[in-house]
Amino acid sequence: MKKFLLKGILKDRGRSLLPIIVVATGSLLTVFLYSWLTGVMGESIEMNANFNTGEVKVMTKAYAKDAEQFPNDLAILDAESLITQLREFEPTVDWVKRIRFGALADFPDSLGETRGQGPVIGWGIDLLGTNSKEPQRFNLQSSLVRGVMPSKEGEALITEDLARKFSINPGESFTLFGSTMEGGFAFYNLTISGTIIFGATGIDRGAVIMDINDAQRAFGMEGATGEILGFLPDRYFNIEGAEEIKTRFNALNIEASNGESDEFAPIMITLRDQSGMAEMLDYTGAVSGLMIFIFVSAMAIVLWNGGLLGGLRRYTEFGVRLAMGEDKGHIYRSLLYEALMIGTIGSVIGVAIALPVVFYINVHGIDLGGMMQNATMMMPTVVRTHITPTTYYIGFIPGIFSMVLGNALAGIGIYKRQTSKLFNELEV
Amino acid sequence: MKRIINNNSPIVRTTLITALALISLQMTGQNGKEILEKVDQNLSSKNRIIESAMTIHGRRSSRTITSRSWTEGDKKSFTEYLTPASEAGTKMLKLEGQLWIYTPSADRTIQISGHLLRQSVMGSDLSYEDMMDDRKLSDVYNVTVTGKDTLQKRDVLVLELVAKVSDIAYYKQKMWIDAERYVPLRQEMYARSGQLLKRVELTQVKRIQNRWYPSKVVYKDMLKDGKGTEFVTISIKFDQPIPEHIFSKASLR
Repeated sequence: MKKFLLKGILKDRGRSLLPIIVVATGSLLTVFLYSWLTGVMGESIEMNANFNTGEVKVMTKAYAKDAEQFPNDLAILDAESLITQLREFEPTVDWVKRIRFGALADFPDSLGETRGQGPVIGWGIDLLGTNSKEPQRFNLQSSLVRGVMPSKEGEALITEDLARKFSINPGESFTLFGSTMEGGFAFYNLTISGTIIFGATGIDRGAVIMDINDAQRAFGMEGATGEILGFLPDRYFNIEGAEEIKTRFNALNIEASNGESDEFAPIMITLRDQSGMAEMLDYTGAVSGLMIFIFVSAMAIVLWNGGLLGGLRRYTEFGVRLAMGEDKGHIYRSLLYEALMIGTIGSVIGVAIALPVVFYINVHGIDLGGMMQNATMMMPTVVRTHITPTTYYIGFIPGIFSMVLGNALAGIGIYKRQTSKLFNELEV
Repeated sequence: MKRIINNNSPIVRTTLITALALISLQMTGQNGKEILEKVDQNLSSKNRIIESAMTIHGRRSSRTITSRSWTEGDKKSFTEYLTPASEAGTKMLKLEGQLWIYTPSADRTIQISGHLLRQSVMGSDLSYEDMMDDRKLSDVYNVTVTGKDTLQKRDVLVLELVAKVSDIAYYKQKMWIDAERYVPLRQEMYARSGQLLKRVELTQVKRIQNRWYPSKVVYKDMLKDGKGTEFVTISIKFDQPIPEHIFSKASLR
């Protein structure tokens, strides 16, 4: 019967062409939008984790309260000792020191006086360590526009936009002006080794990346660090793993404090606990379900309508088949088989068209920088689709399900036909 | 009717006291402008050389920074930080509303301008703007006397100052002026919106060169937590000859 039905579908294009086009279009859109949204959200989460949040983060309790203002006066004082403890506590996690800061970058003229200056945000990271993964996390090598990576202390990277704004080139120097951990004046000279573009407008306006040792010296934080970030070995953010580490660490510290409240005691939070990240993670999780629901619903309505029209067109055919003694259930099942085949063919075509497009955008990306001129959120300007195992099958779910559902609803009419009225209906 | 004219009513009493206070102020012939000019005579000078200690209370610890400043009128000022070692040698020069800072550690002279002037100086409760504005109060504020009070066991006049110029950090101020010595004992600085921005308590008023001068001032930025910043005058000399080269960029290095 399946072979017979397939022949019917292929030969009677009036019966199958429109539903196949509709199903293929729906599957194509589902695959594309799923990959697009998970790509955008996934890259944003990864970028935030690498730049700001880590997967877990340790700070003093006082620092954590105002973490967005980078209150380095409330930093962890004995950073090395805490890092050693953390490495013993959870050896699989890569623990790294970070100093975040806001400062003024002052660009001198030939007499050493202010020629131009602008506010910058900055990171002190382990740039020069031989086994450091920090340059990769910031994707520094690929982001380099001019010059080279810093090779010694006293060298820093600045964003290309900042360099162009103040007409400064690799090899030239500038001064960071801010506050030390104790609140004093912080003046620190740095040589620009290279310029970078991160692809996130908010950062590209003005950012400085320097080695953690330079940051400690610049802000009078020798031996201290603002934050300790932890990166789990998993490729994607492992919520359960991060939560478990956080719970264990914080429980240990509560135990160690004997119930006394110390605002400078370390506290651990996860990526999810940090501003806006919980919503972003929940949104990403909801995206695929929402996509399937919307497409199944919309396409089911379209295909139900198509099925009804087909049912009307095939009204006589079903009548003849009933008059010839074919069972109503058999006709209904054959209709569903037919829908399953059309849904499968349509989905295969839709997914087959979508995948090359998705792969292309995954490799080359789409530059939306022009649309994000005033964006303050950390979002990549070059957006890529994300390809996961789900990408390969998600298009089949609305494609097949909606076709079968549409025909199942339209086919109910078969059971309303009465054999006694068939001769009248068929005008025999 | 009886209730309205009841002399024991708090409203009537308050009204009478206020009226009497205002009448007594009128009788002494002092209006707000005159009071403010007397305050200016105490606080402002042609020039001065001051050595001071600023104690900043942080969340973890407190630290004291000593400095020596030379000031001429309201346009020129030069400050050299003396201690602690991390700040020693840092110099600050104000000329005609412009501010430069030099630090020997970086051997750089940096100009501070724009919104940076509103930032805290070395984590204190003072902004660069606070340190820079040496204009006479009577030149930049219109004043009204709003009442009398007692503060630090002294009779004080309460003044309300409203800015008459636009380039000013605080649109409105409330001042408690020692009624005898014409030195402010408390100041409250407000934004145009009415938000209280800073409170200043001035104590240890001393007689120095025929003027009354508060040698301890505690600044409190009301928008941040903390115990405030103490500014103690170790020594002050008014109307001393100051060489012109002090107020030049060359003296920064």
